Amino acid sequence: MMTTLPIFIREQSVSRLLPWKLQIEAAERFGVPLAQVEEAALERGILPARYQRNRTTMTVGDQLTLFRSCVAVIGCGGLGGYVIEELARLGVGTLVVIDPDVFEEHNLNRQLLSSPAELGSPKVAAAVRRVGDINPAVTVVPHQAAFSPANGSELLADCTLAVDALDNIAVRLELAETCRQLGIPLVHGAIAGWYGHVTTQFPGDTVLQKMYASRSGEKGIEQQLGNPSFTPAVVASLQVAEVCKLLLKQGTPLRGRKLLIDLLSMEFHELSLNEEDGGIP
Amino acid sequence: MNITVKLFATFRTGRFVTQECEYPEGTTVASIVETLGIPENDLGIMLVNSRHVALNHKLSNGDTLAIFPLLGGG
Repeated sequence: MMTTLPIFIREQSVSRLLPWKLQIEAAERFGVPLAQVEEAALERGILPARYQRNRTTMTVGDQLTLFRSCVAVIGCGGLGGYVIEELARLGVGTLVVIDPDVFEEHNLNRQLLSSPAELGSPKVAAAVRRVGDINPAVTVVPHQAAFSPANGSELLADCTLAVDALDNIAVRLELAETCRQLGIPLVHGAIAGWYGHVTTQFPGDTVLQKMYASRSGEKGIEQQLGNPSFTPAVVASLQVAEVCKLLLKQGTPLRGRKLLIDLLSMEFHELSLNEEDGGIP
Repeated sequence: MNITVKLFATFRTGRFVTQECEYPEGTTVASIVETLGIPENDLGIMLVNSRHVALNHKLSNGDTLAIFPLLGGG
């Protein structure tokens, strides 16, 4: 009998784990992408061995759900770099990454995808290279473009949810509106200096709109404070935990709640937001 | 009337974390913000008794006002 990809995976897996070396071998032997081998394994309850420490936080079925998910990351700077890194390592199958910019020297203190060698490179191209290095089974769809109401629906069309890693308040509000139109959740994060906040907005919620209602500009106090290396890492990690829960329909998201982070005082405050404040209708 | 003001993040620098203070009747959020010398451009979230309010909101005796700076970075 001719060996097929599923038979190969079943025969070669060890304790229901498929080692990376064999995942590559299967892809070469059957002339298919690594992603296809990954899906075929997960469908048969076999975990690519790279995810073995995800167990038992998530089941093989959960890992398949993550693999079949598509998440948009809007902004590939401080927050976005860490968000992309963590989603790729988690095993989210498709990442749509959006950013118009190239790396500049002032990005180097905090943006994970930046390095001296990447100065002048588009941030989305660096995202493709980085994910290719750390988890080539993940598909990255890069868009070197500024998110706007004009292109938003098209860019996010296939996405399960969106992660706000933007650095501009007006565009954040446009992203919130696009997510509402598409009926997908939005995981918001923003940072400045030692401070940050995170919230998750479902279609119909208006927490972001309420939160930024009193603003007068496009930027906050990050203009004076800048952003050190650790604040984006903290806030991005909280955002990815939210994404993971939403994709797996587990736990309790920060819906109708806003987490305020003060790393200088090391205080975490939670604001409960009712319907009038944009929370759960 | 008695108002408790709670400040967060950079607004604490050179001011306070929490302060109870007497204000005249009809005091608005804007007038407290002005008294504290907080630039309007830096204002993010303003909550009275944990509810979002605008600058022109009139406070009542016993209210707690919380003020957070505007964060927009990514």
